[in-house]
Amino acid sequence: MNRFGVALVAIACVTALAAPGLAPHAIDDQFPGLLNAPPTLPHVQDDAGSWHAPYIYRWRLVNQLEQRYEADRSARVPLAWFSNGRLVGSADDRQAPLLLLGADSFGHDVFSRLLFGARISLSLAAVAAIGAMLIGGAIGGIAGYAGGATDDLLMRATDFVMVLPAMYVVLALRAVLPPVLAPAVVFSLLAAIFALVGAPFIARGVRAIVRTERGLDYATAAQALGASDARLLVRHLLPAARGFIAIEMTLLVPAFIVAEATLSYVGLGFPDPIASWGTMLHDASNIRFADFPWLLSPAAAMFFVVLGLNLALEGAPEGRGSGIESLR
Amino acid sequence: MSRYLVRRLAFAIFLVIAVSSASLVLARLAPGDFVASSLGGQASAQEMAQARARLGLDKSIGAQYVGWIVAAAHLDFGQSLAYDRPVRDLIPERAANTAILALTAIVLATLVGLPLGVISGSRRGGVLRGAIRSASLVLLSMPPLLTSLFLVFLAARSGWLPIAGMRSAQTPDGGALLDLIRHLVVPAAAIGLPLAAMIERVQAQAMREVADQPFVLATIARGVPPARVVWRDALKPALRPVASVYGLIIGTLLSGSFAVEVITAWPGLGNLMLNALRARDVYLVAGCAGAGAVFLAFGTLISDLALALVDPRGRV
Repeated sequence: MNRFGVALVAIACVTALAAPGLAPHAIDDQFPGLLNAPPTLPHVQDDAGSWHAPYIYRWRLVNQLEQRYEADRSARVPLAWFSNGRLVGSADDRQAPLLLLGADSFGHDVFSRLLFGARISLSLAAVAAIGAMLIGGAIGGIAGYAGGATDDLLMRATDFVMVLPAMYVVLALRAVLPPVLAPAVVFSLLAAIFALVGAPFIARGVRAIVRTERGLDYATAAQALGASDARLLVRHLLPAARGFIAIEMTLLVPAFIVAEATLSYVGLGFPDPIASWGTMLHDASNIRFADFPWLLSPAAAMFFVVLGLNLALEGAPEGRGSGIESLR
Repeated sequence: MSRYLVRRLAFAIFLVIAVSSASLVLARLAPGDFVASSLGGQASAQEMAQARARLGLDKSIGAQYVGWIVAAAHLDFGQSLAYDRPVRDLIPERAANTAILALTAIVLATLVGLPLGVISGSRRGGVLRGAIRSASLVLLSMPPLLTSLFLVFLAARSGWLPIAGMRSAQTPDGGALLDLIRHLVVPAAAIGLPLAAMIERVQAQAMREVADQPFVLATIARGVPPARVVWRDALKPALRPVASVYGLIIGTLLSGSFAVEVITAWPGLGNLMLNALRARDVYLVAGCAGAGAVFLAFGTLISDLALALVDPRGRV
């Protein structure tokens, strides 16, 4: 376990949970005069060199066509702390909003959407990983415990799912359904698809562990004491696979985060008012994002979360090579 | 060996038929169809019914599927509705583009990842090892989706490289090949760099394991120079784990190249599949999914054969 990695993931989770209190703006707040405006950096020292409590400058549009802005340095706009139920905002929200990561092409605050998007992207990946764990654990446990024809059948099925072109399957499954669905439906749908595609990777390892453990003395002892099949499997054998499952889930979560982003990027993800990291990248892809680098901040956020998860796995027994990478 | 090959081939064919059949049926089951999405609101109900009859979309799913599979047995995969060309002509063209991209990426990943893995795996510490390991950790956390966005951003900012497509509208000075290579840099690096990181990790791990074996110590004791021990004696047995990674990489290549193709507008299989799905172009969807399965099945087969070459123990 690498502390830095765990810290990165923890920060992402906490900011996602606390998004309503941390975000300066609501997810659909729009500033029509500030399309693609750059970030408003908080200042503490003015041009004359005197110090102030943190404040920002208002953006003034200089070129409508190129959407270039210039800071209006004549007036300081102080920051308002702990007002309106949020940590920090601008004292003049309408005219000079606090845009820590700039605005997108609709005039939304990118920073606020990033925080709210984290809730969608991270919770979807977590729910899908838990789903994959339940399905994969059940399949692997039953196959490893029962052996024989059941084992053969279940393992053939997982083999089959594993050799499918994963991204194409996910695409085809998503595209079968109407393009525009309610956000809650999209969420459950994507979670279910990801869980199904990810489950075989867990099932194979769990099966191998359960098979080995089943032959050990403690399992025989439990059986001799009269433990039922279900009890033996769930209480005694599956706990042996805990470490393996933890590692596999840490590998699945980044794969799912990226899969959601890819689907949303091509327009098969969440519908419009909902912000996820993928839909934000989709919006960025519609314009020349090279001129507006802050629009890529969801990509940076994704990078840090994946980096955190990879770091957290450093030193863990090599779980790589199980093939989960192929989902990305 | 030949029985094994036959079994693998049979499974590959089964996989391709299953995947393309399933996607045909799925694409057909989807709400809306090609006629509704292409003619849109302008056409009358009668015109739409006529178009459906002309394209064979008025038949039941069962009848349509049987017709398709019988024709497919004669290598006729139907007519693309959106492109108005036979699927059989359309797919190889796009699949070749994806193959160019994937092969370049895999060569790049090997050329970068393997030597770096040997270097970082044969050292116990030092600046170089630290630098390689940090770089690979960063790249490991940048799947192709992120890498390609980042590279497109860099290329657009600097203006050094084209950021979209496969060829320029007019062949520039230096010929078509140079033009293609310039277009390849961004997408191939976007897929290849994360793969290079993965190869580096596996190779370094394998080198560390081999370094502990007695024969390495014996070779050093014989007075063979260290560089020669690392790059010749230790490297050979350490190649096996990497060879087995290629089988897994094939899947990454296909999924990764999808994101990269969409972002860099590379005219490959992934982009074709996406357009086909959007247009509800059922036969083309089936063709693309089938081609993806072919890609994957033969990729794994080739990598298994390569593994058998490197490691006689795995031979069946």
